[in-house]
Amino acid sequence: MKNNLIISLCAVAFGLLAGAVLMLATGHNPASGYSYLFEGGLKNPERIGNTLATATPLIFSGLAVAFAFRTGLFNIGVAGQLLVGGFVASVVGLNLDLPQVLLLPAMLIAGALGGALWAVVPGLLKARFNVHEVVSSIMMNWIGFWAVYYGVQSFIKNPSSETESMPLPDAATLKASWLSDLFDGSFINLGLMLAIVVVLAVAFVINRTTFGYELKAVGHNRDAAEYAGITVNRSIVYSMAISGAIAGLGGVALYAGNASNIQIGILPSQGFDGIAVSLLGANHPLGVLLSAIFFGLLYSGRGFMNAMTDIPPEIADSIIAIIIYFAATSILVERLIRWAIRRRANAKLNAAQEGKGK
Amino acid sequence: MWTTIEQIFPYAIIYTIPLLITALGGLFSERSGVVNIGLEGLMVVGAFAGAFTSFKLQESYANEGWVPWVGLLVAVLAGVLFSLLHAFASINLSADQVISGTAINMIAGAITIFMARNMTGSGNIRVSGFSPFDMDWKWLPLSDIPIIGPLIFTKTYWTTWLILLILALSSFLLYKTAFGLRLRACGEHPHAAEAAGVNVKRMRYIGVMISGAFSGLGGAIIIMTYAGEFTGSVAGLGFLALAALIFGQWRPLGVLAATLFFGIATTVANVSQVIPSLAVIPPIVLKVFPYAVTLLALIVFSKSSRAPKAAGEPYDVGKR
Repeated sequence: MKNNLIISLCAVAFGLLAGAVLMLATGHNPASGYSYLFEGGLKNPERIGNTLATATPLIFSGLAVAFAFRTGLFNIGVAGQLLVGGFVASVVGLNLDLPQVLLLPAMLIAGALGGALWAVVPGLLKARFNVHEVVSSIMMNWIGFWAVYYGVQSFIKNPSSETESMPLPDAATLKASWLSDLFDGSFINLGLMLAIVVVLAVAFVINRTTFGYELKAVGHNRDAAEYAGITVNRSIVYSMAISGAIAGLGGVALYAGNASNIQIGILPSQGFDGIAVSLLGANHPLGVLLSAIFFGLLYSGRGFMNAMTDIPPEIADSIIAIIIYFAATSILVERLIRWAIRRRANAKLNAAQEGKGK
Repeated sequence: MWTTIEQIFPYAIIYTIPLLITALGGLFSERSGVVNIGLEGLMVVGAFAGAFTSFKLQESYANEGWVPWVGLLVAVLAGVLFSLLHAFASINLSADQVISGTAINMIAGAITIFMARNMTGSGNIRVSGFSPFDMDWKWLPLSDIPIIGPLIFTKTYWTTWLILLILALSSFLLYKTAFGLRLRACGEHPHAAEAAGVNVKRMRYIGVMISGAFSGLGGAIIIMTYAGEFTGSVAGLGFLALAALIFGQWRPLGVLAATLFFGIATTVANVSQVIPSLAVIPPIVLKVFPYAVTLLALIVFSKSSRAPKAAGEPYDVGKR
């Protein structure tokens, strides 16, 4: 746990350093770039609210990736699951005429089911036919992309625009005026509360239940788990379904919280960022929460930085990508740490021996 | 019907070629034992490098025929350099190859747009690439051959023939030379290969670098043929190439068939609205078709999969 923290912090430091080099190389001043970047995300309550809101879908997508990771599955299909979950929830939100207290839960359930459906296909293929989940979930991403592309046009098309869905009425979104007012009019919404609840729920399931233990056992060593009497195939299917359901909830937070409609022809980048969030957070629910907020900060502050300094906003994406590369090659950092420890131990030993010699 | 096919087929080939060369690159990498999910990112890097080079050269050498070729060459070099990131992570550091590849995709997507924006503001780079031509030379009127003439030898590009040549050479290299045998051995049973005196790490480096070179070339060919503009992505073609590699069961001719299938299916879906005989099919069916077929193919091949046995596993000398 402590090692994970050091590795993640090192990766962040390297990523920020590489970002500074990039800024320098393109003729910008990294110091002012970073100060505007962080100011843009934290300067006043509204910006802090926006940072948290930007982080909300990332918390869900990061959790979805992390949950599947714990069972040894790489869910690269979170983007499609977000999209499908958001779409199904939007269809429910636009067509059911219910009071808000019933409508929102109905939308959340629909979103979770939509996401779960999209993730359970790769899960079943993996369990039944041993098809690698990476390729099958990439295929599901594109199938979801086109399904939503035409689904929006046929069921919930915005009459005044060809490329987006009808906006949801306020009662069918996670927006809450008291929360926005608390953050001076930010677009922060109830999605954040939901995300925190899901973080706690996932932490509980993974760390405190037999079911979670079984999933982790399958992730650590499939054969040993099978030998211990765990139904590996069932665990794989459940893990993917739950991962997809979390992503689907994220879709609701994204399309019925941060936004109030769906733009067609876009696979949400939050899905792929979820991989980064999960990796930086060491696949741990609380780690995911923290790293999602950090990435939310980078994404939310980049607009302000771009306006003040002309540094292209993609610097945030670059920093995140480089962080992930360093997180993936964390063994390098581990080796360095081990090497430093050994050197210090050797030095001590040598010093002790020299002392004896004298 | 025939005229429709005549119209569509040249475009299907143009679309197939970048996919083919990228999948072929992936084949070298996976056959050497390294899963390369970063093909998408490597294509983006190639597309950017090619567009950047041509853009800069066009300022002083407008309308010169060699400019796009230099762009392709630089794209190959950029692809190789970038693939070293993946090679280093997965071969030297035993990193999870899927995660490292994902990082490659993210870095490529972000940094190329970052650089492009520094250049042009909008992040899009327009270049004038190759122009299609008919092979109707007086001494060799290939495009007049019945049936295949209009399908294959019209509206074609030299890059198409270059890639087909590379395909043939790759096939030869993989199956008829000692180098090919060693490379494949590293993907099947690296310890046996090592025992037979093969430097597994070096072979894997070569495999990944070839995938970088080919993906870079593929990305640049997109820019120089049908796209004409760098926009910061290759629209998932790298992932499709990965699927084609599996669909084609890790063999060059299989990959050719699989990518041609994707090329035709995608072209049909793209033009379906303007061709009456296709317009009756709901567009969603045509758009989803290639991906759904891939899923089915994955199921069908799952029993008899010929995936390189050691692909995706870090090579650990001490593990027997």
